[in-house]
Amino acid sequence: MLDRKLRRDLLRMKGQAAAIALVVACAVAAYVGSTTTYRALRSSNEVYYDRFAFADVFAELRRAPRSLASRIAEIPGVGTVETRIVADGPMDIPGFAEPATAHVVSIPPGGPRLNRLVLLSGRMPEPGAGEALAGDTLLKLHHLRLGDAVTVALEGTRHTLRLVGTATSPEFIFQIRPGDLLPDDAHFAVFWLPESDLAAATRLDGAFNNVALRLAPGARETDVLARLDRLLEPYGCLGAYGRDRHVSHRFISDEIRQLQGVAVFMPAVFLGVAAFLLNVAFSRLVGTQREQIAAIKALGYGNAAVGLHFLQLAGVIVLLGTLVGTLAGAWFGSAMTRMYALFYHLPLFRYELDPSAVASAVLLSLLTAFAGVAGAVRRAVRLPPAEAMRPPAPPRYHATLLERLGLGRLLGPVGRMILRSLGRRPVRALLTAVGVAAAMAVLVLGAFLDDSITWMMDLQFRRAQLEDATVTFVEPRDPAVVHELHAVPGVTAVEPFRAVPAVLRAGHRTYRIGILGLPSPAALHRISDREGNLVALPAGGLMLTDKLADLLHARPGDDLDVDILEGTRPRKTVRLAAVVPDLIGLSAYMELDSLNRLAGHGPALSGAFLSVDPAAEQALHRRLKDAPLVAGVLLQRVAVASFEATNAQYLLFFTGILVLFAAVIAVGVVYNSARVTLAERERELASLRVLGFTRGEVSAVLLGELAVLVVLALPLGCLFGLGFSALIARNLSSDLFRVPLIVESSTFAFAALVVLGASLLTALAVRRRIDRLDLVEVLKTKE
Amino acid sequence: MSLWRALNGRNDDDDRPAPGTPVFVAHGLTKVYRMGEVEVHALRGMDLELLAGEFVVLLGPSGSGKSTLLNILGGLDTPSGGTVRYREHDLVGADERRLTKYRREHVGFVFQFYNLIPSLTARENIALVTEIARRPMTPEEALALVDLADRMDHFPSQLSGGQQQRVAIARAVAKRPDVLLCDEPTGALDITSGKVVLGVLARVNRELGTTTAVITHNAAIAAMADRVVTIADGRISKVVRNDHKASPEDLAW
Repeated sequence: MLDRKLRRDLLRMKGQAAAIALVVACAVAAYVGSTTTYRALRSSNEVYYDRFAFADVFAELRRAPRSLASRIAEIPGVGTVETRIVADGPMDIPGFAEPATAHVVSIPPGGPRLNRLVLLSGRMPEPGAGEALAGDTLLKLHHLRLGDAVTVALEGTRHTLRLVGTATSPEFIFQIRPGDLLPDDAHFAVFWLPESDLAAATRLDGAFNNVALRLAPGARETDVLARLDRLLEPYGCLGAYGRDRHVSHRFISDEIRQLQGVAVFMPAVFLGVAAFLLNVAFSRLVGTQREQIAAIKALGYGNAAVGLHFLQLAGVIVLLGTLVGTLAGAWFGSAMTRMYALFYHLPLFRYELDPSAVASAVLLSLLTAFAGVAGAVRRAVRLPPAEAMRPPAPPRYHATLLERLGLGRLLGPVGRMILRSLGRRPVRALLTAVGVAAAMAVLVLGAFLDDSITWMMDLQFRRAQLEDATVTFVEPRDPAVVHELHAVPGVTAVEPFRAVPAVLRAGHRTYRIGILGLPSPAALHRISDREGNLVALPAGGLMLTDKLADLLHARPGDDLDVDILEGTRPRKTVRLAAVVPDLIGLSAYMELDSLNRLAGHGPALSGAFLSVDPAAEQALHRRLKDAPLVAGVLLQRVAVASFEATNAQYLLFFTGILVLFAAVIAVGVVYNSARVTLAERERELASLRVLGFTRGEVSAVLLGELAVLVVLALPLGCLFGLGFSALIARNLSSDLFRVPLIVESSTFAFAALVVLGASLLTALAVRRRIDRLDLVEVLKTKE
Repeated sequence: MSLWRALNGRNDDDDRPAPGTPVFVAHGLTKVYRMGEVEVHALRGMDLELLAGEFVVLLGPSGSGKSTLLNILGGLDTPSGGTVRYREHDLVGADERRLTKYRREHVGFVFQFYNLIPSLTARENIALVTEIARRPMTPEEALALVDLADRMDHFPSQLSGGQQQRVAIARAVAKRPDVLLCDEPTGALDITSGKVVLGVLARVNRELGTTTAVITHNAAIAAMADRVVTIADGRISKVVRNDHKASPEDLAW
């Protein structure tokens, strides 16, 4: 019989139940969506690494004879060794005028044993036939077909590569051009060529310039790295490194870590709100059902049966929410998976609705529900039947603190009713405001990423770095090249730079990096700190980003040992002159002439930043791309535009989801609060109507209370929003990337508007109920 | 008529009808409720006149239809059939907005369970009404009328049942209503408090000349009325005029 009561109670409170169930659904959707995506990403990554033999250690060198491979294999702890040829060069894609870079990797005879290829379409290329495999997205993005050709310039010679298949490999899950912020598949592609073909193109016959190896079981990576460095140093190795410094691996593992954070954080917020809503709704329910509870007990049902009855009711609501949430979560997860597919090349990445994630979502939300209703259920269980038959004592009110301070005189009776009603249940009022604030915070969070990234892009590319194009040379060039560049039509300013590979040492800590030498003062490529202030290079000595200085435990004034990794490879001592707190990655800077002196040979340039007449940009690009000794040309505008396009797509998706979530929370909290207050004060409102108050005036009493809470919630929501954003900014920040905490006032305004809009719509729905109050019926029953 | 009154559309309030002229006139009133699948005939054709300034007790057992009648007279409910007028106001065809205005301007209600606003003090409960009325007395005056001047700043939870009912009466009369409608005003009170409350009602009727209708199932109260209308099964079964009204203190039940 209690089951039938349960069904009818549920029907009677269907609006509230639906609001609560929807908030639970959001929690479950966020949890299931992000947890399943997280697990899919992590496991597909692990399986991919394992099945396709992702290497443990990598090293790049200038040139070493292939015979060295056996000596590498002799290093204790080394398992499989693969020597390869890897080269970069500008490429021409048919029908695509913008600058693009090719990253070409050799395929050893018989196929790679490490970082093995996943052949996605077509066939393996035949040696000597000018054939190549291309990365998986090139064909799709540029509307090419197998059999089409692209041109790649290697060592100053153009090679036509006929594409016979598409492939990917575990070392290119994340494909990014060195120096870029985000992957840009339109302007960067990986190719695989038969080893003999690539050796011929790069003049590395019988030699290699890249090693990948797997460690033997139980081997210590640091020992292997040290021995490998010693062995390869004479061959121009800039230092071997493990997976922790492998760019693709780092991006994907950062992503997995971040997703794990989101999978915990978002559901926690939603479940907290759901628990609060259940608490309020059930406290009210037990309050109105005192007499029913007493009657049920008087009929001989035990306390356990009564307690179980209310727990079941909460359980049903939560399970309904979980069902909706699981469906939404599955959709959300598969959409996220598609989103990740834009960034990551993971052939084994398939979305699967993991039953254990669903099970833990059910468990979590049931636990939350029971925590939320525990107090109300305890009250129902403890209610002695005789006492429950009597009406509860009339609610006690008193003048609030604000009134005692004299503010009351400014308010009419209706104002005082609102104030005292809030004052009677301050905790509930506060939690309601907190709930609405949480909705607003979620909105701020959604828009904050856009604000931060826009700010960062603006700082990097519009305020600090003013160059329109960057040219890099194959070999360091004589400073006279500046005049040649000046002479190119369309070039309005030239700022040379020098990049010197080096190992920085501070005690036992080392870091391998390219030191960037810039003229001082710089006119184009300027350095800025985290706040956007331009920073001047120190006259002598090194300037490091704070993250790098932290890694080395070095402070300004310390002396660092610097191993120059080119030319005569001198070891020098350099003072750390300054540390710049910045947003993007790890960098080391020096004044250009000081760097050239440090490197131990005469003045030389690695490339130049150019200021270009926009009308001449395309012509300039065509001309420079084909020039001998130019390794690459990067057009800033194109890079920024492609970044912004990818980013916009990503943000639209997440902001959309978060707006939906926030609206559900706002509506859920406001609606529940309004319904509970309406139920508690039905009689009061009916009395006012009898006294001759109009429907509008009566609504003002109830909705005024909500309005006060919503208005209180707005500043609180801004604060929470900032807090959430700071948390997420920290979660998203890595060695490679630091997200600044930038929230524009338009974001706060947007969040406030959405919350106000949702509250207003809810208020209108409740207003209709107030209008329909049956005065006679309400006044007939005693409280 | 002064300009101010003309602007406020007041043309019927200040010229109260002479005592004894009919203010409420009802003919053939019927009311049918649908309670789920059952039709309840609360009024089955009732004819009634209430006269200006009189104190009427409507007597009847529960379920006789007396509350329904009072609710219709007070503009809280509308009849299913028949006509009912309060002076020139047609209460049958009026929409919700006009009924609200009618209640606001002409009617004072007193209920069995007081229906005070628990979050407002005695004085503020009355101010609630005086702020929207046209020529109210002050809350202090109203409370003095019910002998509660010393409880002005008490909240309902700090007052006894009888005191709460007197606050409710003060709230009902503070706007100087034309008619005071009381639904079992002593139903929740002990006899001592009940007599005090009835004394206040009699005083308001005597001193302010407010037409007063009290419904009750307590026959003892009938002795203090000008007229006693007995209702049974949705119809008026008997009307008795009291030539000698008893004082509330002399009642006993």
